[in-house]
Amino acid sequence: MRINDEEEAMLAGEMGEPRRWAISHQLEVGRFFDAEDFVPVTQAHIMGDTESLGESGVTFLEELATAGVQDRRVRIPTITDPRGLDLSTYRRLKQTETMVRLEARASAALEAFGVLMTNTCINYQTVFPATLGEHLAMGDTGVVIYSNSVMGARSNFEGGPSALAAGLTGRTPRYGYHLDRYRRASRHIVVQEQPKDLSDWGALGGMVGKLANSYWEVPVVDGLLAVPTSDQLKHFGAALASFGSVALFHMPGTTPECRKIADVVEGSIPEAVTITRNDYDTFYAAYAARGEKVDVVVFAAPQLSLFELQQLADLIGDKKIHPETSLLVATSPEIKQAADRMGLTGRIEQSGAILLSGVCFYQSYAREMAEANGWKRLMSNSAKLINIIGGYGYLPTLGTTERCVASAIKGTIV
Amino acid sequence: MPVVLHGHPGPGRKVKAVALVASDNFSARYDLDRQKGVFSRPGHALFGQSYVGKVLVLNTAKGGVASAWMIREMVERGISPAALLFNRVNPILAQGAAFANLALLDRFDGDVTKLITTGDELMVEPEFGRVTIL
Repeated sequence: MRINDEEEAMLAGEMGEPRRWAISHQLEVGRFFDAEDFVPVTQAHIMGDTESLGESGVTFLEELATAGVQDRRVRIPTITDPRGLDLSTYRRLKQTETMVRLEARASAALEAFGVLMTNTCINYQTVFPATLGEHLAMGDTGVVIYSNSVMGARSNFEGGPSALAAGLTGRTPRYGYHLDRYRRASRHIVVQEQPKDLSDWGALGGMVGKLANSYWEVPVVDGLLAVPTSDQLKHFGAALASFGSVALFHMPGTTPECRKIADVVEGSIPEAVTITRNDYDTFYAAYAARGEKVDVVVFAAPQLSLFELQQLADLIGDKKIHPETSLLVATSPEIKQAADRMGLTGRIEQSGAILLSGVCFYQSYAREMAEANGWKRLMSNSAKLINIIGGYGYLPTLGTTERCVASAIKGTIV
Repeated sequence: MPVVLHGHPGPGRKVKAVALVASDNFSARYDLDRQKGVFSRPGHALFGQSYVGKVLVLNTAKGGVASAWMIREMVERGISPAALLFNRVNPILAQGAAFANLALLDRFDGDVTKLITTGDELMVEPEFGRVTIL
């Protein structure tokens, strides 16, 4: 892998220990993927919740942050994914003081690097959208797939250590989705049944993800009759990345690199796989539990936009959540403040629901919350969350936004 | 006669351990109970089995970015696999293995989940991209 004089200086430790560690880590990853050189990036986005960091990750950050200020400051805007807990709600969710202390240590260390604590997985809707062709180092698979596909930016999945490294060096190894040749469509999906609710968009993403089933596959998804909204593509992409580990999709006429299929195909168009109503039914049926008691209904993964919060407030109206069911809603700190100001928080929480800020359910010690609160059956309109949460001991059910609200009110799955 | 398999060189140290194989995918966040050291996702082919000290042999990586932190955490608490072998990984597992200095190889000459059987004793040499079935 070729490195220039500045990268050589970082590797020699001439620009401080944090940058020496960072470039050394990036070189090892770059060599594994046969990268020829580095590419400058304009933003980095770090997953740094303490449930994934653990004591080990927090200690690593603290030790690296002991370097002098000049040596440890990130060189490009570097932001964070959701945290492990929300200080204003953690007691109600029975999260512990130990978690709070670890979270505070992680935040202090990240801030010492000059990281901006945005605590969001919808930064593309709320902080600073990427532009066509912009090279990035984004953590959170949902952020990567949205940035790559909907905005035409260029990023690989960057785990926490690698995203921090990119922030410190201002670059990342040039492999995968930074390169034109990896951005060609390799799978062709035709949608016959149009998705309606956000949960349908997630289900569609899940189905395409299962078909693609690899980080290195790029589906082109055709047959959609209307131009999707940002929230619809958010749920579609998040589920596609979750079920298939996919980092890029194309939609003719919607995504910027694909006005028509021929734009993203080299040679002949791959044979089409059709998705029908029956496929949606089968997908939902795998998680069905009609009539069963529901312990917790969750709107998260990705965090909700302002428009999603408004829809939720409208669906809830003046009704109350069933006393034996919890309703949790997660959004970003910026959108939470907007929701407070516009009266949406009050309208949602009058029902007994909790609006969480700067967290996401599965990154918030989901296993410990289940044990502390006696939660087992979880319902959500997020296919991504449904896919993840089984590993934490929950029994997940996917439902439309409307059915999720109705179930939270009734206390059983409708 | 030992059988030698060749993949792409990767991070981590040389290690000898027993294989745990499945034609399934992998995410530390989605699939593992990292306190008990077992596969905890009900739909996973290795559900209920301990991965601690084993050479995990699986198809590909899936899901989120958390594995990059989690692998090091598992290594430091002594509840990690001994090595990871895949047909093809995503960047997260490569980054996580590099960060944790855990042996990782992929891109073998054939389907590695068919070439290796659970219970095989393996010598994994990531520097040379070499796995020997002893």
